[in-house]
Amino acid sequence: MDATLLIAIATMGGLGFIFAGGLAIADKKLRVFEDPKIAQINELLPGANCGGCGYAGCYDFAVNVVSGKALVTGCPVGGEDCAHDIAAVMGVDAGASIKMLPRILCRGGNSEAVKKMVEYYGPLSCSAMAIVSGGDKQCYYGCLGGGDCVEACPFNAMVMNENGLPEVIEELCTGCGNCVKACPRNIIEMHPADRQVFVFCKNQDDPKKAKEVCSVSCMGCGICARKSDGGVVMDNNLAVINYAQFDSSKIPFDKCKTGAIGYLNKNEKVVIEIPVGESTSMEKELA
Amino acid sequence: MELILIFFSAAIVNNFVLAYFLGICPFIGVSGKITSAFSMGMATTFVMTITAIVTWLIYHLLLVPFQLEFLQYVSFILVIASLVQFVEMFVKKVSQPLYRALGIFLPLITTNCAILGLALFMVLKDYTFIQGVVYGVGAGAGFTLAITVMAGIREELDLADVPKPFKGVPITLIVAGLLALAFMGFSGLISI
Repeated sequence: MDATLLIAIATMGGLGFIFAGGLAIADKKLRVFEDPKIAQINELLPGANCGGCGYAGCYDFAVNVVSGKALVTGCPVGGEDCAHDIAAVMGVDAGASIKMLPRILCRGGNSEAVKKMVEYYGPLSCSAMAIVSGGDKQCYYGCLGGGDCVEACPFNAMVMNENGLPEVIEELCTGCGNCVKACPRNIIEMHPADRQVFVFCKNQDDPKKAKEVCSVSCMGCGICARKSDGGVVMDNNLAVINYAQFDSSKIPFDKCKTGAIGYLNKNEKVVIEIPVGESTSMEKELA
Repeated sequence: MELILIFFSAAIVNNFVLAYFLGICPFIGVSGKITSAFSMGMATTFVMTITAIVTWLIYHLLLVPFQLEFLQYVSFILVIASLVQFVEMFVKKVSQPLYRALGIFLPLITTNCAILGLALFMVLKDYTFIQGVVYGVGAGAGFTLAITVMAGIREELDLADVPKPFKGVPITLIVAGLLALAFMGFSGLISI
């Protein structure tokens, strides 16, 4: 046999031998034990990395579930099914978890809220408006209408309606709570999906001013609070529902002049599936 | 003096990323955040330095004496692959978050053209051992500089009002082009 061939084989074989040996030693010294449950749970999670659970991402959440720092029901996006699957991996019982949905506690859209004399010109984002001038509306507590919540939603579950207020498409909403964090006015709150009665206002102005700035504000008259047996408490000219003691049958809804306290409107925004290949009416218009 | 020139030549004038356009994938892929970009730069610098050392030894002590220059690519790739495997194990042991931040780009250093390019350039330029090591460190420093500067710009870009069609990858590529343009200003300063 040719000598070069032999030397070549010996050289590559020797090099491979040395490197493989080195790596084998390094593997022994540096091996990290990783609980296989972490990978299993990570598979079960939605993988949106939305941060709704309070951890850096789905993988981080899985690590914390396995180490016992996070609850198996901690993923708001995956919901009950996901919690059950995770509980099965961890060998515990998930229990029942109720889905949380964001509720927009302001009804002062473009037609209800009174506008300022001067118009806002600038970046159309709520955070910018909140810093610069407080937006177009006279109310300093209500929705700015810039759509930061819509932008923040990783699941396209929010839209701005014609009235300049955000709406939640419940079918698509996973309850991750990113919209709550995005709102500089804190008018979005997470509530259990079956909760129906809310005070749709955050205005803490005195009654006269509150009435001036918006036709659907809570003026702080306190009539709902007086009849409610502690179910509604007044806080700085604003009715706040104390859900622990709340009984909707005691609330005189018709006495509320502005309708600030009331039932949630049935959501009309639904997902319409467009068959593949057919163009939408909008596309037709554009064509 | 010559060593200093080699270092700056590899790091700035003939920057691997911005002048030779080698190793673009981690340059775009891991330049989202300064911390992870810098760590990527450090990992690449480490691999480049050790690659320079080991490939020089293999080439001059093994391949040349036995007239086995045709084994260049195979043996260099073997060196680089083993080193990257080692770095991956090390990073995984030391810092889990960093390991996940680097993601697929860490094992991809294996076939990073910047590193194989370094080994081949070194042979081509016929450097001595010391010169080769300095060349490796310089190339790594240049890569770290490029990726960190890029990450810094991209962090600021997140706050800028970028026109919608340019958001994300397009503006990143434009920035990379502008950076390369800026680095072209150094060309010809050192001819080594």
